[in-house]
Amino acid sequence: MTYKQYQIGGNSVEKTVAIELRGITKTFGDVVANKNVDLDVYEGEILSILGENGSGKTTLMNMIAGIYFPDAGHIYINGEEVVIKSPKDAFAHKIGMIHQHFKLVDTFSAADNIILGEKCPKFDLKEEKAKLVEAHRAENEAYENYDEAEHPGPLAYMAKPKFHPEKETKRKLALMPLVGIGRRIKFNWLAKKRADVVQDIANRFGFKIDLKKKIYDMSVSEKQTVEIIKVLYRGADILILDEPTAVLTPQEIDKLFDVLRNMKAAGKSIIIITHKLNEVMAISDRVAVLRKGEHIATVNTSETNEQELTEMMVGKKVSLNIDRAEPHDVKNRLVVSGLSAVDADGVKVLDDISFEARSGEILGIAGIAGSGQRQLLEAIAGLYKVKDGTITYFDPAKDDAPVDLRSKTPVQIRDLGVRLSFVPEDRLGMGLVGNMDLIDNMMLRSYRKGFMFLDRKSPKKLAETIVEELEVVTPSTHTAVRKLSGGNVQKVLVGREIAASPSVLMAAYPVRGLDINSSYTIYNLLNEQKEKGVAVIFVGEDLDVLIELCDRILVICAGKVTGVVDGRRAIKEQIGLLMTKTAGDVDENQMSIDDLHDTNNDEGGEAL
Amino acid sequence: MRSVTGKESKFDAFVDKLKKESPIHIAKRMDAPKWLPIVIRIAAVIVAFLVCAIVTVFFEPTAFGTFFTEMFRGTFGTERRVINLFWEAAILLLIALAVTPAFKMKFWNIGAEGQVLMGALMSATCIFYLGGKVSEGGLIVLCLLASVVGSAGWTLIPALFKAKWNTNETLFTLMLNYIATALISLVITVWVKSGSGVVGIMPYGHLPKLGGQDYVLNILIVAFVTVLVWVYLKFSKHGYELSVVGESINTAKYIGISVPKVIIRTMIFSGALCGVAGWLLVNGASYTISTTIAGGRGFTAILISWLAHFDPIIMAITSFLVAFMGRGAAQVSTIANIGGSFEDIATSIFFFIIIASEFFVNYKVKFSFSHSKKKVEGETTENTSEDDSSDAEMMSDTSQTTDSEAQTNEIFDESVPELQTCQSSEDRTCDVSTQNKEVTE
Repeated sequence: MTYKQYQIGGNSVEKTVAIELRGITKTFGDVVANKNVDLDVYEGEILSILGENGSGKTTLMNMIAGIYFPDAGHIYINGEEVVIKSPKDAFAHKIGMIHQHFKLVDTFSAADNIILGEKCPKFDLKEEKAKLVEAHRAENEAYENYDEAEHPGPLAYMAKPKFHPEKETKRKLALMPLVGIGRRIKFNWLAKKRADVVQDIANRFGFKIDLKKKIYDMSVSEKQTVEIIKVLYRGADILILDEPTAVLTPQEIDKLFDVLRNMKAAGKSIIIITHKLNEVMAISDRVAVLRKGEHIATVNTSETNEQELTEMMVGKKVSLNIDRAEPHDVKNRLVVSGLSAVDADGVKVLDDISFEARSGEILGIAGIAGSGQRQLLEAIAGLYKVKDGTITYFDPAKDDAPVDLRSKTPVQIRDLGVRLSFVPEDRLGMGLVGNMDLIDNMMLRSYRKGFMFLDRKSPKKLAETIVEELEVVTPSTHTAVRKLSGGNVQKVLVGREIAASPSVLMAAYPVRGLDINSSYTIYNLLNEQKEKGVAVIFVGEDLDVLIELCDRILVICAGKVTGVVDGRRAIKEQIGLLMTKTAGDVDENQMSIDDLHDTNNDEGGEAL
Repeated sequence: MRSVTGKESKFDAFVDKLKKESPIHIAKRMDAPKWLPIVIRIAAVIVAFLVCAIVTVFFEPTAFGTFFTEMFRGTFGTERRVINLFWEAAILLLIALAVTPAFKMKFWNIGAEGQVLMGALMSATCIFYLGGKVSEGGLIVLCLLASVVGSAGWTLIPALFKAKWNTNETLFTLMLNYIATALISLVITVWVKSGSGVVGIMPYGHLPKLGGQDYVLNILIVAFVTVLVWVYLKFSKHGYELSVVGESINTAKYIGISVPKVIIRTMIFSGALCGVAGWLLVNGASYTISTTIAGGRGFTAILISWLAHFDPIIMAITSFLVAFMGRGAAQVSTIANIGGSFEDIATSIFFFIIIASEFFVNYKVKFSFSHSKKKVEGETTENTSEDDSSDAEMMSDTSQTTDSEAQTNEIFDESVPELQTCQSSEDRTCDVSTQNKEVTE
């Protein structure tokens, strides 16, 4: 057992280390997901793992849970080094992880899901037989060594064993396989006791759940409860929860936190991955901050505050030297107001979003992944159903006459003469067709021209131009796009979208997974478009890039606009705070358009 | 990364052991030369013939030589047999062409059998009720129209359900096959009052015999349809749209393709071609109707379409080979007296081996074990001596653990020098040689 000392409010407390990570490194290809991470988790504590998207939180936890195997480093549990190479191993070490996407069988009840996959204790026939022989050995010996002379008297026959015990032993041995089957039947079909055990666990930690309910009848929070009970039932002492609150309502979050506190009181170690600062402050004992795969620090929650955590999370500003020209001839090109939308489950994904994109400007959209960025862009492009609000486009070809884009299909939008280009987040799944070559992918935008038959000449020319101008590395224009590297795929996609000479260009995470050079090619392309007077909307995740590239940055959180900041004056921490804000006081950060123009003119260069 | 302390090096060794590769190494072919798949497939066809010949020997010890001669005599022996062969290939090709647009769209239509039956039924109905009452030419055209409409309508049912409610088209089309068969049984019971259940040869609506030969016109029609489908898939907007839908529904939506519309349109096209097949079977070949008129071709055609990777020209070659195998085997079974099922057995062997060869087209198999692998790749580490010793340890470990493993080590020791050359310069060619060995084995 390893004991570590650490300070809580000045008192030195001795705590047992449950799990210890030393020098954990994991790379995926060229991308370093985790670099030399050291981390301790104590018994009976709640540790938050805090970090931006792509900071390696989930990867790190997956390595503890046996989903990934670290490239280097050591894991110690209760002071002993362990190798976890599968979730099974993790369970053997009493580690359980509750993933963001639940892994439950829909048509089973909660109890069935919880006991599902539990192994019947192994019945080793040889071993059992040996045991039986051993057990009967004394009797056998007694029979064989029975000496009538030792038991004189009329009642001697009563003392003599009636049957030959060896026969008895043989009979039992012959029946042994049946015993094995019997135990299996008892285990599989007479599982009442296990259901009781499950109920006990639920009661002990204060879960309120009907274990007979089928999963398909359950709400998201109930499903999560089932997942947690499942892990506890397997005897986990270390529980990892991957963004457990992302899918819950505030009331459900409170309930979950109560349960977590109960578990903590029962001596379990709980690791919770999150990027919501208020929750970190509310629930955790300590916070470990990760940034770009590295462990920055672990601090006691009571000794820190949101401001400090944000600073650790986003880090010092890194200068990228992206050129940024002054916007000129700025006009409203696309105005979105009061936009709301719900997903298939009826959950609000866009909530009263209003903003304007202007010609000759790059508007950045910042936010934690899944805050509604994808739905917002798709709603504008006519791909996502809008519930409320308006989307208005001002057509530069028609003297800025307003055009209503709400609830139009992509074809209708194009037929209205709206030159809207969209670089979606999912390049090969949406923007391009992976199995088609460059020419056919160019044709996606232009194939409708002409009658019946396809014209491959102009797409071929376009493909050749793009390959040449954007330096796409490809064997030929007849190569399937999926065979190209990520950066080249993106160049093809962006190139095609720009070739349509758009007046609004939307790009979702256009540099995700790209190397430095390709990233700069994309930045330059966006800047070129901006100079041409295109209204560019750039959804990004790297705050440094957003701050250096964009003229204005719209920050959204959980489908709501939490602020609009000037790219030239923006401070990383400020955006970080806006990104993690759940509700309320946003107005102070919102700047009026007039303000913005002033700052553009006065202090434009300063921030650079 | 190798460290000094005993504990850590032990851990490293453990990790190495985990990463130790199995003796058989399967990897996806990334940049195979263009001719390689063709060579592998030709080799597979040869192997298929050899295996069939060997199978005949089991039944008839003297049949090995006769197998090949009879194979060709059965297919190319007489003018009649040549035309029969081409007709069999043509009808398989036509149905394969019919299912191809749907498969390219990733609509798993396995109801071609039923769709052909519906086309045949509609055509036979026209002949039954209108035969003799309208002119022969008019009747043939009416039959064609009825077949096309009937078959397309039959295909439209699963298409509509898929487009509207996203039902599972595989189950749907499969079950429609049984309904189509049952419908034909019903109609035959109504038509044939004698209760024999056999509609005799109907005297009307026969397609003209070009050059006095059966099937010649049929074959020409199929040739025309082949070109039509090839152009449709490759050069028309419809063909482009359906491949985009097949590749990614999200992309299709993104560029504004109406997915339900494409599904319905493509399935009508597919069904119409099945109707043509049904029409040819009734008016151009059997001149009657029965539940077995499609003869399982609706399913064989699915395999042909897949094996040809949806390319109409390659489909023509594949269906020719399948027809050749079937016809030839039928002749062999008659001559060598080994029973009527031999045709099916031969076709199955053919498909089995051809499909298996696709594995070798997509993957390469290498034999190696950790020690030789490391040397081959020329992996250089800082302290080589330590590395070697640890590897040797591991090797001795494995050879001690199980006899069989030690045996495999011995066997694959011989292949080590060959692998070394593989890795050095002539990577590809060497791969091929091992590959071909694999295939012929």
